[in-house]
Amino acid sequence: MSAVLQILSAGPGLSLQDAGRPGLLSKGLSRGGAMDPLALAEGAALLRSDPGRALAIEMAGAGGTFRAEGADLLIALTGAPMTAEIDGARLHWSGSHVLPRGATLKIGGALKGSYGYLNVSGLDAAEILGARSAHISGGIGGRFQAGDRLTCRPAPDAGGMMIAADDRFSGGEIRILPSVQTDQFATDTLARLETTAFHKDARASRMGARMGHDGPGFSSDAHLAILSEIIVPGDVQVIGDGSPFVLLNECQSMGGYPRIATVISADLTKVAQAAPGSPIRFRFVTLAEALSARTSLDKYLKLLPSRVEPRVRHPGDIPDLLSYQLVSGVISAHHDPHEQET
Amino acid sequence: MGGTEQDSGFPRLHRMGEAGLLVEFGDRLSMAVNAATLAFRAAVEAAAWDGVEESATSLKSVFLRFDPVRLSHEALEAALKDLLRSRDWYGVPLPRGRKLWRVPTVFGGDHGPQLEEAASMAKLSPDDAVAQISRTPVRVLTIGFSPGMPYLGRLPEMFDIPRKTELNPHVPAGGLALAIRQLVLFPVGTQTGWRWIGRAAIDVFGQQAEQPFPLTAGDEILFQPVTESAFEDAWAGVEAGRMMASCEALP
Repeated sequence: MSAVLQILSAGPGLSLQDAGRPGLLSKGLSRGGAMDPLALAEGAALLRSDPGRALAIEMAGAGGTFRAEGADLLIALTGAPMTAEIDGARLHWSGSHVLPRGATLKIGGALKGSYGYLNVSGLDAAEILGARSAHISGGIGGRFQAGDRLTCRPAPDAGGMMIAADDRFSGGEIRILPSVQTDQFATDTLARLETTAFHKDARASRMGARMGHDGPGFSSDAHLAILSEIIVPGDVQVIGDGSPFVLLNECQSMGGYPRIATVISADLTKVAQAAPGSPIRFRFVTLAEALSARTSLDKYLKLLPSRVEPRVRHPGDIPDLLSYQLVSGVISAHHDPHEQET
Repeated sequence: MGGTEQDSGFPRLHRMGEAGLLVEFGDRLSMAVNAATLAFRAAVEAAAWDGVEESATSLKSVFLRFDPVRLSHEALEAALKDLLRSRDWYGVPLPRGRKLWRVPTVFGGDHGPQLEEAASMAKLSPDDAVAQISRTPVRVLTIGFSPGMPYLGRLPEMFDIPRKTELNPHVPAGGLALAIRQLVLFPVGTQTGWRWIGRAAIDVFGQQAEQPFPLTAGDEILFQPVTESAFEDAWAGVEAGRMMASCEALP
């Protein structure tokens, strides 16, 4: 019996995403892949699947409507919290659920952050250049549309699990390191980069995000005609209007704008996930701090499966019944009592 | 660091965030600077240092992505400096394994509406411009901007013509465009400020092809003029997934 997820309606930014295609820079292709790799790992933990083979439907800003065909499906919702329901019953975000055969899953707009993920047990697709993800700017794969059908497998368990998700959806402080042209910017310009209150521009895409701000731009005085050079996700270019522009997973492979800094890898998801308009501040850190953050994130990812726990527990197992969900009412996607506010 | 005096202080090492290093061989394009990047990258690949995950070249630099937990910045920088000192990279031969491609190409007309303009800026007749361009083997200087897209050069000095200030609204896949003694060949339809002079029957990024990226930086291409109808036959082959360009090993 084949198990299929049918897309009945699709928001404008639905695509298949995995860890992307690192290693093709010499052929002009940026790594691509999920904008929130942590969400893929959370999905794999909830579905008890191999995190190295994680694949999910990435939903930019809003979801869509989906139906299970042929069998019950096991799904997990991760990343930016969105409103979600199955046949009218509200779903817990950062949790796993059974989508019964014939039932309709409706995922609405993001309540926080930018990219939500619909993980489905057994979701698979053909590989192109070693990965299954769409690389939209590179012309590999594309966005989902109503009528698309995805091969999955029948639900292997009854779901009902949840995971405490780190809040990475509201911007905040972003740690940066110097890049190739950093020393060509005036000292006071670099100082201003750290003191300016930025906000993430609403036009952000999988290619990058402009940082809006009030006040003068960040152009270097010399503003050299720079010959195009290799660029990578995380690099902060100063574009023509003087704004910092953070390159994200689907950036071009070469660019000619001067780079004032680069975002440390541990904080790049925060830039990608920040909702439009979220406040952003940059802070230069040492290489040692960047490496320590990278190592901590790796450790956190390895421990993710241990953060998965049953969503419904016997009252006797709950240490403080009143502080649990009875106070905040039913579990709803609008307020997730398990989310850590940072 | 930070000076721009020609060739002073090159090659230069730059850190690019926590997992990247850039070895810059010059601040402007020359064939010697570009050849140095190709030779140096080949040496980096041959060294296969544990922890280096990827390398790539631009027109003038070699980029290395590495795992900074397994391989420290200091250790990689020391290894790169040793390798840089080991020979004169501006004088070494290009790496082995390069290819010469012969690509059926139609110049001018509907497939290259700005040939006449480009030729007149080079103070040549369109026929003479095509003759000059098609007998110059151009090197794949680098690949990038969009997947598979080669920057090719250099053409004789007369083709040192500027980019247009306004963009061509649409140049199709296979479009060959010229500026600043270079050619670019577009993998997909695009806008460009380069002058569109012809169309070449090769798919430089064929996702489903046996060789999705046929070209490698350092390869050379001869764009061989064919008639419009010969080009259209060749293009039909390209669209059917066939390699219509011929290829031989360069010494």
